[in-house]
Amino acid sequence: MGVLMDVMERIRQQVEGNPIVLYMKGSPDFPQCGFSQRAVQALRGCGAQFQYVDVLQDPEIRQNLPRYANWPTFPQLYVKGELIGGCDIMMELYQSGELQKLVKEAA
Amino acid sequence: MKVKDGIERKLAAGIADLHHLEVVNESDRHRVAPGSESHFKLVLVAEAFEGLGLLARHRMINALLADELAGGVHALAIHAYTRAEWGERTGQAPMSPPCLGGGRSAAD
Repeated sequence: MGVLMDVMERIRQQVEGNPIVLYMKGSPDFPQCGFSQRAVQALRGCGAQFQYVDVLQDPEIRQNLPRYANWPTFPQLYVKGELIGGCDIMMELYQSGELQKLVKEAA
Repeated sequence: MKVKDGIERKLAAGIADLHHLEVVNESDRHRVAPGSESHFKLVLVAEAFEGLGLLARHRMINALLADELAGGVHALAIHAYTRAEWGERTGQAPMSPPCLGGGRSAAD
C-alpha cells in the first residue's frame, strides 16, 4: 500500500507542480511510439514548453498512471493538473485550435 | 472468437444509435507477431456522443473495452463523432501513426 500511495503522490506532484506534463514512451527527441511522437509534434506545433516523463524509464509510473486519471493508454497530456487526453484527443484539439489556447493559458 | 469481432459486438451493444462503426486491425503496422490483434483503430459515429466532450467519449469506449485493454489489446486509436461532426469531416477519420518500436509490455 505504501508503495502505491508513494507513486500516486509522485504523479500528483508532477502534474500539479508543472503547467504542462506529457507522459510518453521515449523522449521528445527520440519518441519510441508513433502516438507519443504525434503528441510531441502537436505540443511543439503550439510552441509549448512542457515537461515530459518517459514511462519506459519509470515502470512504476507506467504501471500506475492509468489508475491516476482512469485513462488506460499512453501518451497522456496533463495541463494544470488535469488530464486533457491521449494522442487522438490532442490531435483533434490541435486541429481545432483549442490545444494552442490551452497551452497558452497554462504558460 | 476473434478479438475484432468481440470489439465490434461490445461497441454495437454498448452505444446507443450507433450509425457507423469501423474496427480496423492495424497490428501489422506494429512490431508484433504476424496475425496479432493488438492495435486497433476505431471510428464511431453515434448520437450518444452529442453533448459529450472528447474525454467522456473516449472513456465510454475504453470502459466498454476494459477487458480487451487489460488483455492483449495494446493500443486503440479512437475517433468518435456525432453524425453532424462526421458530415463535416465528409466521412474521413485521421490516419493512425506508424510504430516506432518502443516498449511492448502487458502493462499497456
